[in-house]
Amino acid sequence: MMRSGVIAKKIGMTRLFMEDGKQIPVTVLQLDNLQVVAQRTNDQHGYTAVQLGAGNAKVKRVSQAMRGHFAVAKVEPKRKVVEFRVAPENLIEVGEEIIADHYFEGQFVDVSGITIGKGFAGGMKRHNFGGLRATHGVSVSHRSHGSTGQCQNPGKVFKGKKMAGHMGSVRVTTQNLQVVRTDSDRGIIMIKGAVPGPKGSWVTVKDAVKKPAPENVILPAALMSAKREAMKAAEEAARQAEAEAKAAEDARLAEEAEASIEAEKKEGEE
Amino acid sequence: MNLIAQLEAEQIASLGKTIPDFKPGDTVRVGYKVTEGTRTRVQMYEGVCISRKHGKGIAGSFTVRKISFGEGVERVFPLFSTNIESIEVVRRGRVRRAKMYYLRARRGKSARIAEDTTYKALKTKNAGADA
Repeated sequence: MMRSGVIAKKIGMTRLFMEDGKQIPVTVLQLDNLQVVAQRTNDQHGYTAVQLGAGNAKVKRVSQAMRGHFAVAKVEPKRKVVEFRVAPENLIEVGEEIIADHYFEGQFVDVSGITIGKGFAGGMKRHNFGGLRATHGVSVSHRSHGSTGQCQNPGKVFKGKKMAGHMGSVRVTTQNLQVVRTDSDRGIIMIKGAVPGPKGSWVTVKDAVKKPAPENVILPAALMSAKREAMKAAEEAARQAEAEAKAAEDARLAEEAEASIEAEKKEGEE
Repeated sequence: MNLIAQLEAEQIASLGKTIPDFKPGDTVRVGYKVTEGTRTRVQMYEGVCISRKHGKGIAGSFTVRKISFGEGVERVFPLFSTNIESIEVVRRGRVRRAKMYYLRARRGKSARIAEDTTYKALKTKNAGADA
């Protein structure tokens, strides 16, 4: 039942005050022109997936090859393109727009993003090492990592030893975050807690893999076309109801008028 | 206005709270909702506001200090907490700093704050509900 995830832009964090007095820290994510750019099918590629694109890119900054790719899909050039594996029955038509109703309030999701880069960081910051002592003869190396191995045997530093080095700007997935609120008009998804990456960065949101699949998710995805149709249907229904109400009102008025005319007639006869 | 500021402004509007104009040094009385089992009641907490933090936005908070049974007690309240029933200014203090942390080291006579008798309410639309 694997369905597509979404690409979202991290806008920033704020808090929500609940009726029961609780405060919830939330990260605000926004869907920006999220459209299906291409499909991967079993026949052609050996697996099924949808390629989504988000954001708006200036045409002159898009490579000729990607311009062609977007032209085939008949979509505007996108800033960010990501592929999501989906089950064959959950493939989405190219050009369809996904909206924020894709997730419901209370649902658990996994969010992936590129973390904020910290540059070259020491052992204390990078791996939570304790450092050396402040006194008792320690000189210059208060924040060093200390020993990195044993003696002549093995006589080397083991591969993967935690040391100083580059920290951050790696892809990190935070699992089992809860969706607190969604707003499909503005394309906003509010997620409880923090999400990897700086403000303005792209993150991908997927249904949580470590939770049972929720029953009331929209398959294959919450689409703009479906929403438009629903709105049109609702409008149509409202119009119909209005017309009916008007017709009933007219009938009632006509009846009343008739009744009054008859009453007048009777009065005249008398 | 960016999206976050917009969302916060909307939330403040939807909470529909009127925050009185008060600043550090003022004595305030805060009605705080306390839930005991199933029933809730409002508990009054009165003391000197010794700091206000993070502005007037949704993240704003203030600290109230009082001496309770000879022991100094400080509580931090979020400005827009839904647990706060009311905020009332009891007395205006005349102080010269934004954070009254020096009161922690003082007791009795030296911990007094002079009353600001010349206080004038701000001329903004949502300020001074009880000024």
